[in-house]
Amino acid sequence: MSEILDRLTAGEILVGDGAMGSLLIQRGLKQGQCPELLNQSNPKILEDIARLYFEAGAQIVETNTFGGSPAKLHAYGVDEQCEILNRSAVECVRNVVGGRAYIAGSCGPTGQMLKPYGTAEPQDIRTGFKRQIGTMAEGGADLICIETMTDINEATLAIEAAKAVAPDLPIIATMTFDKTPRGYFTIMGVSIKEAVEKLVEAGADILGSNCGNGLENMIEIARDFKKLTDMPLLIQANAGKPELRDGIVFYPESPAFFAEKVPELIDTGVSIIGGCCGTDPEYIKTIKSTVNRYLHK
Amino acid sequence: MNILQKLSEAIQQGDDRLAASATQKAIEQQLQAAEILNNGLIAGMDIIGQRFRDMEIFLPDVLMAARAMHAGMDVLKPLLLQAGVESRGKIILGTVKGDLHDIGKNLVAIMLKGAGFEIFDLGVDVEAGRFIDAAVKEKASIIGLSALLTTTMPAMKEIIDLLKERGLSDQIKIIVGGAPLSQESANTMGANSYAKDAASAVETIKAMMV
Repeated sequence: MSEILDRLTAGEILVGDGAMGSLLIQRGLKQGQCPELLNQSNPKILEDIARLYFEAGAQIVETNTFGGSPAKLHAYGVDEQCEILNRSAVECVRNVVGGRAYIAGSCGPTGQMLKPYGTAEPQDIRTGFKRQIGTMAEGGADLICIETMTDINEATLAIEAAKAVAPDLPIIATMTFDKTPRGYFTIMGVSIKEAVEKLVEAGADILGSNCGNGLENMIEIARDFKKLTDMPLLIQANAGKPELRDGIVFYPESPAFFAEKVPELIDTGVSIIGGCCGTDPEYIKTIKSTVNRYLHK
Repeated sequence: MNILQKLSEAIQQGDDRLAASATQKAIEQQLQAAEILNNGLIAGMDIIGQRFRDMEIFLPDVLMAARAMHAGMDVLKPLLLQAGVESRGKIILGTVKGDLHDIGKNLVAIMLKGAGFEIFDLGVDVEAGRFIDAAVKEKASIIGLSALLTTTMPAMKEIIDLLKERGLSDQIKIIVGGAPLSQESANTMGANSYAKDAASAVETIKAMMV
């Protein structure tokens, strides 16, 4: 496999994977259980999910380490297992896709608020990210995916940590934006402009957005990004805003809707397209075939 | 600018030291505790709530304002107790079983406290029965349920069903909120009310108390 950044710069469009949490629940993860513990206790499940996404066409497969920072694991009282859980997560994906797809070490928010508006010390958060990302890099991650961030300070701490412990790995940094009357902002008040400036300054190689409220907003977000930067862009949208139907969570945007909208994302200049909450291998298959069809048009 | 406007401004700016000193000055000017609370502290948080709802300001601004409000409250509390100023009502709050996310729930607590309600925050990952036990114990008429994970929305329905089972649906009302929720999902699970954000939670709860 050649260097991912070269491929993206050359204009290639790569397909990412889809949701993790819902697939874990289908396979027995209980409410209130720490998802990362499965990396150690039940690695076959993670291998199974990686295989499904890889076979669906994902060229970048993420590890089950979204909540793998010590600060987040602490909420479940298992922060001392940070290294072993992150290492086994990379191993699971590597066992399935090693050398055939890129392994992206997922790194989500700690769930803690930084000072001054919260109580978390920035250096503690950075140190924690170093533990998590360093372990994933040692384990063989091909890139680091810092995702679903809403606080630009936390995002830059994670990027700084990645730069320090894994200087050779490309860094994806994505944030989650809401639509406001003045344009898109994260809940912490970060505009797309601020995100672009600060994520690039901190050293991110690929920018983007994930989660959120569905594909149509994502197309607008992608356009806003592209007005501000030529950096490669990643978009991983939810399958719409979830609804509760007969006690079951339902996502309104179908794979067919993704098939309709993916060409617009490509037209906008998005380089990596995947899914977030509510998507599954079926969506990824659709994205892959839509991308292929578009490119051979 | 009079001292209560100054206090309200201090809260809006998230300046905790200024909020404490303005509260102190208002007390020295012999203003009534209830007046300082309503026209200073609550007035400031009310504007913060509206501006947050209108997406003019964001979470960090609200958290800083809440800090300033608490600083003013700490100064005012002895006087409030002395004057026997009652809260606007008691609310039980918590994030439902299986969900460890507390930012949204804390924000609702901030806004409700800022509006003069007494809050019993049960924390995160709260068992269905605990919500109801707490409401009964504190004689609270409203329970606010929060969830961020789509997968924990069914836990809200469990609480609503349990409340029915115990025959308490008439005395205790349920309001739900959180990123995956909508008015439609709230109706489906049988909640009395839904709030799409923290500021509307305050308005909705005020209406529920009437």
